[in-house]
Amino acid sequence: MPPEMVLELRRVSKDFASHKEVTRAVNDVSLEVPRGAFFSLLGPSGCGKTTILRMVAGFEAPTSGEVWLNAQRIDALPPYQRNVNTVFQSYALFPHLTVQGNIEFGLRRSASSDIDKRVREVLQQVRLEGKASRKPSELSGGERQRVALARAIVLQPDVLLLDEPLSALDPQLRKQVRSELRDLQRRVGVTFLFVTHDQEEALSMSDQIAVMNAGALEQVGTPQEIYARPRTRFVADFLGAMNWIDGIGVRPESINICPEGRKAVVTGVTYLGSFCHIAMNLEGGEAIQAQVAAGSTFAAGQSVCVTWNPEDEVRVS
Amino acid sequence: MKLRNAFLAPTAMLMAITMLAPLAIIVVYSLLTRGAYGGVELPWTIENFTRLWDPVYGVIFLRSFWIAAVATALCLVLGFPLAMFIARSGSRKNLYLSLVILPFWTSFLIRTYAWMFLLRDTGIINSVLQALGIIREPLPLLYNDGAVILGLVYGFLPFMVLPLYATLERLDPSLLEAAADLGARPWRAFQGVTLPLCAPGIRAGAILVFVPCLGTYLTSDLLGGSKTVLIGNLVQNQFTASRDWPFGAALSLALMAIAMVLLFAARRKGEELL
Repeated sequence: MPPEMVLELRRVSKDFASHKEVTRAVNDVSLEVPRGAFFSLLGPSGCGKTTILRMVAGFEAPTSGEVWLNAQRIDALPPYQRNVNTVFQSYALFPHLTVQGNIEFGLRRSASSDIDKRVREVLQQVRLEGKASRKPSELSGGERQRVALARAIVLQPDVLLLDEPLSALDPQLRKQVRSELRDLQRRVGVTFLFVTHDQEEALSMSDQIAVMNAGALEQVGTPQEIYARPRTRFVADFLGAMNWIDGIGVRPESINICPEGRKAVVTGVTYLGSFCHIAMNLEGGEAIQAQVAAGSTFAAGQSVCVTWNPEDEVRVS
Repeated sequence: MKLRNAFLAPTAMLMAITMLAPLAIIVVYSLLTRGAYGGVELPWTIENFTRLWDPVYGVIFLRSFWIAAVATALCLVLGFPLAMFIARSGSRKNLYLSLVILPFWTSFLIRTYAWMFLLRDTGIINSVLQALGIIREPLPLLYNDGAVILGLVYGFLPFMVLPLYATLERLDPSLLEAAADLGARPWRAFQGVTLPLCAPGIRAGAILVFVPCLGTYLTSDLLGGSKTVLIGNLVQNQFTASRDWPFGAALSLALMAIAMVLLFAARRKGEELL
């Protein structure tokens, strides 16, 4: 395991058996997570990303394969012996303990003066000063999420596992928390393994993204690589709308409506504020979409021509 | 009258007749003088209550407390693992729960007699042990405090298991994962998370077991013999052999008062009773 990697999955598979039927949740996944990275596992629900997270945390044992953390094999260790911590989707804060009590829970082995100092510091980091004596039920959703973060990062884990931590927040707050979370990760320097089904979330926050589908890894790369050069049709479609024209992918924002080019007929125009969404049928029948500036005046039934820059074409296997 | 109240009326009347009226009668009796052959007579008196302070009765009250407390503690210790096991058995929960309440299908009296057949000198346990040559003389299993506690634990265990099960079943499993994730070994996760979050169930179970154990007379009468006199037996005696109804009424009121005090003590601020 190269020293710049903090976490490695080697050919990990996981089967779940129920009612005499075996389902393969994770199929032969190998993955390396660089130290200090914001690494996202992206995929639709049921693709196995949460199962991977739970195998790293120790809540599930791999059916086959190995999990390595800091050059130590950990897949047989119980969760309480792994130096990884989890921010749960529902946060799983202890309802009978205060914010202070929740954060102290994992610090039991430290000296008491040291505990107070570390709790104060981490509360400052997540901007929850003055809330130490509150119960989780007295906090807002965003504050609870920050307690869950504080409780985990105070233990300085080798990897912090985040299971869709933004899904319980309302959409307004979610966008704000994205940049906060990203900033926090940079400042603290802890490796994040971040599970999400939201491609915008993954694209905006991650250093690297691993796209998963049906238990298998589709592609690993930076957000730019994944979006602009998807290797499979699934990745291309999952990361945003994609037109498939003669087997070649072109994103709607790469389609230009010009005086010359391939002929098409506008079938619908949707105004979306900052831009317009134009639905068209190419000559020959293929339905495509384009994204154009909000001021443009197209109407259904109008004949137009479309072009695109060959550099923006996406070729998948 | 609203429809809802109309449906409530029969229950309300039944409660009034079967609970409040007897309670009123007991209060009145406790303030009267005993009749020569049972029953009550005038004049009014509070002597029945002053007699309660006799140390003889104090000892019996304390013994009753002790036995009820031990039985409750044993029910908790035995009931917790069982409730946890049932709460975690997935689709078999309902089967196990019905097994827990299965004994209620026969009368408590008959089940207590069954314990006598098991425990007495010529009972199954002693006979088998003697036949196997493990013991020579029969073990004194029946007619002692141990037998009473055994009978109480056996009889009231379901009342502990059911409320414990109800709280454990609602316990979010991700909280236990979070505890393990934060470095807690299973025992510490149990102490720090499961136990405090089950406090309402523990309180409810403890009240449901302790209060009836405190007033028991059947179990102590049949399994304790003449050696184990508890408050319940004392009350029963006043209304039968001793023919002192007013004192029996005063004793049962004292028992009720103690049970009420305990109930309110067990209630936490802002929490519902039970």
